[in-house]
Amino acid sequence: MKHVYGWLLLTPAAILLVGFTHFPAAATLWDSLFSTGTVVRPSRFVALGNYASLADDPIFWQVLGNNLWFALGTIPTSMAIALLMAIWVNDRLPARALVRMAYFTPTVLPMIAVANLWLFFYTPQIGLIDQLNAWLFGLPSHNWLGDPNTVLACTMVMVIWKEAGFFMIFYLAALQSLAPELEEAAKMEGASRWYFFRRVTFPLLMPTTLFVMVNATINSFKLVDHLFILTKGGPDNASSLLLYYIYQVAFSFFDTTYASTLTVILLLLLAGLALVQFQLVEKRVHYR
Amino acid sequence: MSPAGRRAPLLETAAAWLLALLWLSPLLYAFWAAFHPVEYATRFDPLAPLTLANFAKAWTYAPFPRHFLNTVLLVTMILGAQLVLCTLAGYAFARFEFAGRDIAFGLVLVQLLIMPEVLIVENYRIMSRLGLVDTILGIGLPYMASAFGIFLLRQTFKTVPRELEDAARVEGCSFIGVLWRVYVPLARPTYLAYGLVSVSYHWNNFLWPLIVTNSIETRPLTVGLAIFGAPESGVDWGVISAGTLMAVSPLLVAFLLFQRQFMQSFMQAGIK
Repeated sequence: MKHVYGWLLLTPAAILLVGFTHFPAAATLWDSLFSTGTVVRPSRFVALGNYASLADDPIFWQVLGNNLWFALGTIPTSMAIALLMAIWVNDRLPARALVRMAYFTPTVLPMIAVANLWLFFYTPQIGLIDQLNAWLFGLPSHNWLGDPNTVLACTMVMVIWKEAGFFMIFYLAALQSLAPELEEAAKMEGASRWYFFRRVTFPLLMPTTLFVMVNATINSFKLVDHLFILTKGGPDNASSLLLYYIYQVAFSFFDTTYASTLTVILLLLLAGLALVQFQLVEKRVHYR
Repeated sequence: MSPAGRRAPLLETAAAWLLALLWLSPLLYAFWAAFHPVEYATRFDPLAPLTLANFAKAWTYAPFPRHFLNTVLLVTMILGAQLVLCTLAGYAFARFEFAGRDIAFGLVLVQLLIMPEVLIVENYRIMSRLGLVDTILGIGLPYMASAFGIFLLRQTFKTVPRELEDAARVEGCSFIGVLWRVYVPLARPTYLAYGLVSVSYHWNNFLWPLIVTNSIETRPLTVGLAIFGAPESGVDWGVISAGTLMAVSPLLVAFLLFQRQFMQSFMQAGIK
């Protein structure tokens, strides 16, 4: 009877999970082996043909590189800021709750709203950054989002602002679980604050750091909403990311099988990261 | 967030405040732009006249009431379905030994990694086959069986002492009765945490709703906001700020009121 009840309880969720996760994932793989059909030329089996054209597609390599730079540019910086925030907020600080709230607020905003606000900062001439630059330093106007050299960095600054407060709460929880005796002992030994941080706190926070890093990397592949507002991936795909390129290929160029091929690559990347994550979780157990 | 902790040196206090101000400034600036006429957009004159005209314009330029309604419908529908489906599945995984349970659980966890927005191409195809393109149900359906919810409730249900269940059984409760009378009430904090994360996530979600909707009647706030805020719409800055603030205000107010619950829930969601 237990078998029947167990499966009965599971069935509604299982149908939806299979229908919208497992089946589409398998269908993606299958579709990537076919050419996209048109009115004149029906879809046909091309084996790994799509993967061959992917290897020759400069835009694919460009967006993949962008994804890499995007991850490298946002994750370490926002984690460093997050750690600093957590250390401050963990201290007895006047108006601590207010400060913590200020750090965390960007996390609850939708990426679209954030991009709407930041768009104006980056607008040439009338935008806030250009106005401040002209007023403070007398610098000429710059088209921040229109210049391939600055556009990706601009989106990174925005994402760092959005993410740091989220990572802060993990560090804060980890800091609060550290034994207060450690710090008292260090004080008695006359260790400086920096020395204590470098030799005691930071190593003890290592599991948290690794955990946040892997999660942030996985998440960085899903962060594309801002591109719809700020740049549409441009200029010349300089700010585009893999998932945004998939969207364009599927819904602007209507090349669905090629979009499936790109999705397979994205799934492989995510699966690889999940393996890393799994290893970390296994390791974390030994720390406790 | 214990009262313990070292008293911060003055310099660090100042730095922490400065960073807090810097972090709030984009939002503070949005308030400035929204409540002032456009000619004061970058002129920070404390005596600048205040106005609500930007909000009035934003409200009429885009069908905000409809977008609000759609988002509320969407968020409620998803959360309602998630609570039912995840409770049942979480209960099955926590308390029933059935054939293939461990494999099934592993397959559920796959969704933690492959969120529906990664499979946009195929999920769109499925929705068009089901005739659910441009419906609110079509936006919500892929999210209803949430691996995160199932996982969270399974963990919570596992901590419920077996004796409570046995006692309820002796009283004559059916297995659904046990779930409803024993497990669900004890998991209330988990439901609250999960609910906050789910509502925030779907209030803010954009990519999948954008793909699957194409009319005002179904578009949620984020999609409406993206169309409204796009540079080519030619709407002026104060109006965009006002519209953006309107769209985020319900969640922002909820966050300001229940800060601690929000942070704890988001952390649980992150740790999984």
